[in-house]
Amino acid sequence: MMRRLLFIPYLIWIVLFVVAPLGLMVGYSFFDISGNPTLANYGAFFSSEYFEMTLSSFWYAFLITLFSLLISYPLALAIRQTKHKMFWLLLIILPTWINLLLKTYAFIGMFGKEGLVNAVATALGFAEQQLLFSDIAFIIVSVYIFIPFMLLPIFNAVDGIENNLLSAARDLGASKWDVLMRVLMPLSLPGIKTGIQIVFIPSLSLFMITRLITGNKVITLGTAIEQQFLTTENWGMGSTIGVFLILAMMLVMTVTSGRNKETGRVGRL
Amino acid sequence: MTNINLQNVNYQYGDTIILKNIHHTFEAGRFYTILGPSGCGKTTILKMIGGFIHPTDGTVSFDGKTMNGIDANRRKVNTVFQDYALFPHLNVFENIAFGLKVRRISKNEINTKVDEALRFVNLGDYKDRPIDALSGGQRQRVAIARAIVNEPDVLLLDEPLSALDQNLRVDMQYELKEIQKRLGITFIFVTHDQEEALALSDEILVMNNGEVIQAGPPKDIYDEPLNRYVAEFIGDSNIVRGVMVEDNLVGIYGRNYACVDGGLKPNTPVDVMIRPEDLLITEHDKGKMNVTIDSSLFRGVHYEIGCIDQDGYEWIVHSTRDAEIGHRAALDFERMDIHVMVPGEDEDAFNERLESYQEDEA
Repeated sequence: MMRRLLFIPYLIWIVLFVVAPLGLMVGYSFFDISGNPTLANYGAFFSSEYFEMTLSSFWYAFLITLFSLLISYPLALAIRQTKHKMFWLLLIILPTWINLLLKTYAFIGMFGKEGLVNAVATALGFAEQQLLFSDIAFIIVSVYIFIPFMLLPIFNAVDGIENNLLSAARDLGASKWDVLMRVLMPLSLPGIKTGIQIVFIPSLSLFMITRLITGNKVITLGTAIEQQFLTTENWGMGSTIGVFLILAMMLVMTVTSGRNKETGRVGRL
Repeated sequence: MTNINLQNVNYQYGDTIILKNIHHTFEAGRFYTILGPSGCGKTTILKMIGGFIHPTDGTVSFDGKTMNGIDANRRKVNTVFQDYALFPHLNVFENIAFGLKVRRISKNEINTKVDEALRFVNLGDYKDRPIDALSGGQRQRVAIARAIVNEPDVLLLDEPLSALDQNLRVDMQYELKEIQKRLGITFIFVTHDQEEALALSDEILVMNNGEVIQAGPPKDIYDEPLNRYVAEFIGDSNIVRGVMVEDNLVGIYGRNYACVDGGLKPNTPVDVMIRPEDLLITEHDKGKMNVTIDSSLFRGVHYEIGCIDQDGYEWIVHSTRDAEIGHRAALDFERMDIHVMVPGEDEDAFNERLESYQEDEA
């Protein structure tokens, strides 16, 4: 009886903040801008304009995830070797305590025409570069913001791998590359998958960064939703894009949560 | 076949000296045990031969070829790790095949060799099992198979039996000895268990504080320990202070006893050791030393009997027959049973002295 009572707050929470918004969103997606039921939103989503936007969203999310992974994995291995692991980890986690917008504004300062990067570049004799409003800047800032989220699960996974296993692999004749590919990678795969999940999905729907850093030159699904709701006030279309974002999320989860034998214990957040 | 030579090997980690001037040759095909308490540097020697660490000073050579700087993956040496270090993401077959795979050996050959190794350790039916479905003893065998499938010249074993329960440990001792004989390769076995060392080895190296205190066949180490440390570490012992009166005569508590040791200056202070199983309880006044039985403890194969002599010193006796506490009795022993050790004497001087008077007898 007590157990059932304890379940009630959880149920209220789920209904109010998960089921209801989802239901509303799916519902809205079947209405047009003047409130008439329609399937036009779905038709529009499959038009070339939105299809391209979805593709480019996926492409940027893929790049952001890839670069976060390429930086975080070696970083996690390096931190694993250090004496004061928790200190180094904290240094990298620390920026997540700073507001996202503040960090983004800091980058505007650095990437601007008179910013730090250009000052250094011109001092070294390079031509002044247009960094802001470029997709490279967008990727750099996003990767910077997502690195801690990629790093943590990977670090947890690699930190759980016993040194003895690495010694054993070396003992059996494995080169350092073999150790990486045959022991470290497979044993830290769950951590890598978790990292991909928590970076790829949010980066599909990034929107403030796109506006501040790229001046809306890069339009992700997130930007599109924001514009539909706040600028065009076409809630139906915004909801439709939201529905597809959720479908994309489910797809990524399914792809990355394939069962691992034996290694399920390590690396789950 | 490989002879391994450690020459003046020192190892330092930060400010801590871990190995001090180790000098030893491991001959091909023999079973060596490095014995010592934890922290004495025994595992460090193993890691050095394995190629996981390199000496701060001195050389490690295989058949005369210096191996300093050559890493573990390029040595024909394999290790059975203390907690087995089996790969949890691979099954039994894949674990054993690991070393062959990284050497890019053909699939067929890998299959044949792994099957052979599995049969060798009696695990033929366990090929496809995941590691966490195996018992401790089975994991142990997989670890051995994983090492020997690479046909190493030397197998290093780092306390491989310490995680097993007593019965299994004894069984595995027999198996290890058997495997070593069949393969004919060098085994270097690290343990802190003196029984294991005595049962398995062709030669034992007793270590303490980063130094090899004494090396030799088990029987020599047991019968002729270099000093109090070795005597106490291997087997039980009664050790008392004494004085070498002259060759073949040692004084304990003012009484002189005939012995077979010599080669020392008269009146040299010595440690005198008698093994508990060499002491015999006889009737009062009929032995070499009168005692009173003080305690008795049943140990299974023998009774451990504590006796107090006239001067109040305690002697431990191992006997298959129990004795009555409070009973007045006497201890008897042969002159052969007295072993004289000179405090501070090093191994070379000790061996020299041993040879000098053993030749006299011959």
